[in-house]
Amino acid sequence: MSDTIALRLTAIDKRFGPVHANRGASLVVHAGEIHALVGENGAGKSTLMKILSGMMPVDSGTIEVGGRDVTGWTTADAIAAGVGMVHQHFMLVPTLTVAENVVLGREPVTGGRFDRARAEHDVKMLCEQSGLDVPPDRLVADLSVGEAQRVEILKLLYRGARTLLLDEPTAVLSPPEVAELWKVLRRLRDGGATVVLITHKLDEVMAVSENITVMRAGETVATMATRETSPEKIAKAMVGRDVDLAVRNDRPPATAAHGTAALEVRHLVVRGARIEKAVHDVSFSVAAGEILGIAGVEGNGQTELLEAIAGIRNVTSGTIVLGGQDITRRSVHTRGEAGLSHIPEDRHRRGLILDYSVAENLILGQQHRYTTSGLLDRDAIEQHARHCTIEYDIRPADPSLPARALSGGNQQKIVIAREMSRAFTVLLAAQPTRGVDVGAIEFIHAELRKARNNGKAVLLVSAELKEVLTLSDRIAVMYGGRLVAMFSRSEASEEVIGPFMTGAKRERVA
Amino acid sequence: MTTNARTRTLIEESVLPPLVALVVALVAGDLLIMAYGQSPGVVWRTLLEGTWGNSYGFGQVLYKATTLTCTGLAVAVGLRAGLFNIGAEGQLAAGGFGAGLAGLLLPGGTPAVIAIPVCVFAAVAAGGAVGSVPGILRARFGAHEVIVTIMLNFIVLALLNYLVSAKLHVPETLHTPEIHAGAVPRLSAAFAAFHGSAANWTIVIVLLAAALLWWFLFRTRAGYELRAVGLQPAAAEYAGIRGGRVWFNALVTSGALAGLGGINFVLGYKHYYEDGFTGGAGFLGIAVALIGRNNPVGVVFAALFFATLSQGGLAINAMVPKQIVEVLQGIVIIAVAAAVPEVRRLLRQSVSKRKPA
Amino acid sequence: MRKLSVFIGALLAVHVALLFVHPAGAAVPTVRDGLDIGVVFDLGGRGDKSFNDGAYIGAERAAKQLGARIRYVEPGEGSDREAGLRLLAAEGMKLVIGVGFIFTDDLTALAQEYPGVAFAGVDFAVTVGADGNPEPPPNNLAALKFREEQGSFLVGAIAALVGNSKKVGFVGGMDSPLIHKFEAGYRAGVKEVCPECEVLVQYAGVTPDAFRNPGRGKELALSQYQQGVNVIYHASGSTGLGVFEAARTMNKLAIGVDADQYHEAPGHVLTSMVKRVDNAVFDAILRVKEHRFAGGIYNFGLAEDGVGYVYDEHNRALIPDDVRARVEALKAEIIAGRIAVPSSR
Repeated sequence: MSDTIALRLTAIDKRFGPVHANRGASLVVHAGEIHALVGENGAGKSTLMKILSGMMPVDSGTIEVGGRDVTGWTTADAIAAGVGMVHQHFMLVPTLTVAENVVLGREPVTGGRFDRARAEHDVKMLCEQSGLDVPPDRLVADLSVGEAQRVEILKLLYRGARTLLLDEPTAVLSPPEVAELWKVLRRLRDGGATVVLITHKLDEVMAVSENITVMRAGETVATMATRETSPEKIAKAMVGRDVDLAVRNDRPPATAAHGTAALEVRHLVVRGARIEKAVHDVSFSVAAGEILGIAGVEGNGQTELLEAIAGIRNVTSGTIVLGGQDITRRSVHTRGEAGLSHIPEDRHRRGLILDYSVAENLILGQQHRYTTSGLLDRDAIEQHARHCTIEYDIRPADPSLPARALSGGNQQKIVIAREMSRAFTVLLAAQPTRGVDVGAIEFIHAELRKARNNGKAVLLVSAELKEVLTLSDRIAVMYGGRLVAMFSRSEASEEVIGPFMTGAKRERVA
Repeated sequence: MTTNARTRTLIEESVLPPLVALVVALVAGDLLIMAYGQSPGVVWRTLLEGTWGNSYGFGQVLYKATTLTCTGLAVAVGLRAGLFNIGAEGQLAAGGFGAGLAGLLLPGGTPAVIAIPVCVFAAVAAGGAVGSVPGILRARFGAHEVIVTIMLNFIVLALLNYLVSAKLHVPETLHTPEIHAGAVPRLSAAFAAFHGSAANWTIVIVLLAAALLWWFLFRTRAGYELRAVGLQPAAAEYAGIRGGRVWFNALVTSGALAGLGGINFVLGYKHYYEDGFTGGAGFLGIAVALIGRNNPVGVVFAALFFATLSQGGLAINAMVPKQIVEVLQGIVIIAVAAAVPEVRRLLRQSVSKRKPA
Repeated sequence: MRKLSVFIGALLAVHVALLFVHPAGAAVPTVRDGLDIGVVFDLGGRGDKSFNDGAYIGAERAAKQLGARIRYVEPGEGSDREAGLRLLAAEGMKLVIGVGFIFTDDLTALAQEYPGVAFAGVDFAVTVGADGNPEPPPNNLAALKFREEQGSFLVGAIAALVGNSKKVGFVGGMDSPLIHKFEAGYRAGVKEVCPECEVLVQYAGVTPDAFRNPGRGKELALSQYQQGVNVIYHASGSTGLGVFEAARTMNKLAIGVDADQYHEAPGHVLTSMVKRVDNAVFDAILRVKEHRFAGGIYNFGLAEDGVGYVYDEHNRALIPDDVRARVEALKAEIIAGRIAVPSSR
């Protein structure tokens, strides 16, 4: 790290209709450092980076790169100046090879034709220089998520990027892949590159960054040097108040042992989008008053498993029993009436209708309960919405706003409020805190515990190993569509579970 | 967010885009008119005088808007469910034929209180029947409704054409004999000022249908579920809504609304079914729905707008070719397509969300 | 939002400014005491190279020779036909012409409503009363009808004389009374000069689409040519383009209809049975100018130069002089009333 200033954003302001995403945010990044940009979801981090990378114009404020005022530039300008962004959602062509994806748009040409050999050679050289290890001739469709991310970084390096912006790069990675990414980023930094890392995970911030800028509600509220701060201080700056980060082991009196099986899954096989057996002969049961956590790297069948239980994906074979009733072939509606509640993993696609108001979203899936002779009961809906916004602290507390206008955390609270405020016996919670700020995570964890303590059976799926470890009474590990291990909480730890998540160890569970 | 900011958002999102489209079209029209060597001021004034400026012209606008409202509502209800019904043209023709056939089969002298509802029902049923074909194919087999409705247009129009020209026509014409019962009186029967214009009381039936559709979409559970399927099919599936049934119902409703439009010509104007009476009103319904932003109230206003352009085109035909008006329509549609967020989203999503439930 | 408002404001300003532009020569239409004539075409009729364009040519000729001021209206949809006629009638035109049989009902209704305005309908469909006699139109409405059977009779004679194979062909569009007129006249013309000749008659279909199906036209024509026919007369709209195509492929002859269709297949178009809509329209305008317009049914046959066949520098080589003389003689006979041409089969 040098004293040269690589990037300087001053008083950035950006509005999207009613949402004020950036309110005079400022950021200074030195050349050759890894700079963490942290904040709750909806704090304006991604917006700030999109502005920096030229994807969207600013309303006001200035952007300087290498001392040059570049306010209002385009992505093409940014890439030409060596500034590139790796997005949360990869932008790769799955049917092309790694090398083809990397050179796409800047293909090496010999005699007017695409020179594949040279492309592969160039990409291979780049891999060696950067330490990013991906075979250039593989199809992107066959890559793991971590490898695909490396391809995205390679794309930027191929275009000569010296400043890399990474938006939540670890959200989709397993712990070993995260460690690998840190190695790569450090190596790039040592080679003189500048990295801006968006994240909301405090351990990552502490592990890899030199400096930290904290955003809250569109403003940059603090900048600190990593070695002079602590996770508690960062969290306080993010949320604006003290946060208890300690893992609480407030295990209730051994209900799990005595609870009856509220949900039982036997020899379940489920077809995936591309894989014949995305869920491969999975059996387990969840007792009333118990949280069963399923750990695993994303894409190992957890999504298909939960969708099958929820009734939105067909079961190939096996049975699902809910409170003694076989619901394997029942409709979503019947399952709901039988006591199944579901927090889906993708709230933007499934959990919410973004253009519906908060009030309308709070009855999604329950609409038949708010209907009298075919007509929506508007009084009841409004009353329910008022109750939920207060009870679950949904902000802003205006049920007539479209869900789209709320921050990620508050959107998730709508889903939580809806699924928790109804009568249920079994709760499926898929990635309940994904993309949610620290304050909301606390709240959601408390709600899950409360459900458990009230005698509900909770099936929790999360890509955050720490979350699974914190909340669950028992922990299962899923790999390649199978449950490969089952632990009680006292046996489980990151060290014990990690190898199962990556497939390094297997142990069939009955 | 303050009420003030909300009003502002409302203006920004729903009023400005059509306004921009309108102004762009106006200026483009100015240039076209001048290119034709005429004065924009005079031409626009003639257009307004020929439409809203006299009661005959206004009656014609009302008449044309009546049909366009129906086809606009038809397309709008489809789009609300995430479906693009291109078949309004054929459904409109089928509705007109249904009404005409019912009117021919009823004995002369059937009281209007019986005959009119029977004929209206026949129109709605015929349109709905045509709409049920893409409905079934979409719900059961996931067949793309755009393809099905386009092909169905050809089939329905050719079939009706055959029926009329080979079986039912009056010699040397392309229309059926006059209906025996079910004729709806013209507005001029009550308001002499409308004398000569084709405007008739079916406009009341159609406005009622628009109000009913609004109420259905925004006040009933079925409407809630229909809009949910259209906005986010995956979320609707999660909420236990059966997409296939919603699609089927939406396409049948869509067809029925388009079919209802047929009564305007058949029961209200000519009192017979004439081959080709639709004249593209079904296709124009797509533009009406887009500009009306798939809202029944908006559709009524958009229909008035396009009806004004159509009738106005006739009024200024002496000075400029009618193609200028057609070009203007095109410019409005393109400008709206570029400016209205729903349309942009629709165009983006139309490919990605086509998985059968 | 501010940017957008500025944009709207700027465009509005431009618009308002342009409103005051008056280009030199901009027409401000007013109806004076002159010879004001209104013409309403059918939907998409202009540019059909057939009777709509014929009406246009006739009206333009009247404008040049008679000093008529013509207003044209091109309707955009069905109800615009009546609206167009009404617009012109209300403005006090001396004569309002509807081009096409589809105007029949609207013209009848408006003629009754505007007794002071003269109306004319090209190809007007006269209703036949219960007694089998045509019902006369209102006395301010002229039904301009054409004796297509007379023209067809002459081209029938030419076909039989030039074809010289005892077999001639006929391809009709939609199987309907209107086209039966062409067939009957043609058949009579063939039999007149060659009683033992056989006439092969085929229709492309029973719907109006039969007038727009060149593929079918080619199919029918090829099969007739293969059966030994050398000349085919078509009365089938654009379906006839297929007939010409077949004539070119087989190196045979075909006869056009309505307008001179020589250029569709030069060298293979023997002649065309032309329907002089231009003459009928010009004639109607002339009557108005000379204050001798009267309603009723006007039949344009050979005598009125309303129908005829093409004989010019293009096809002179194809029609021998003796044939030409024979056909001209027949024409004189018809005009003199010595030959009655049937108009239905």
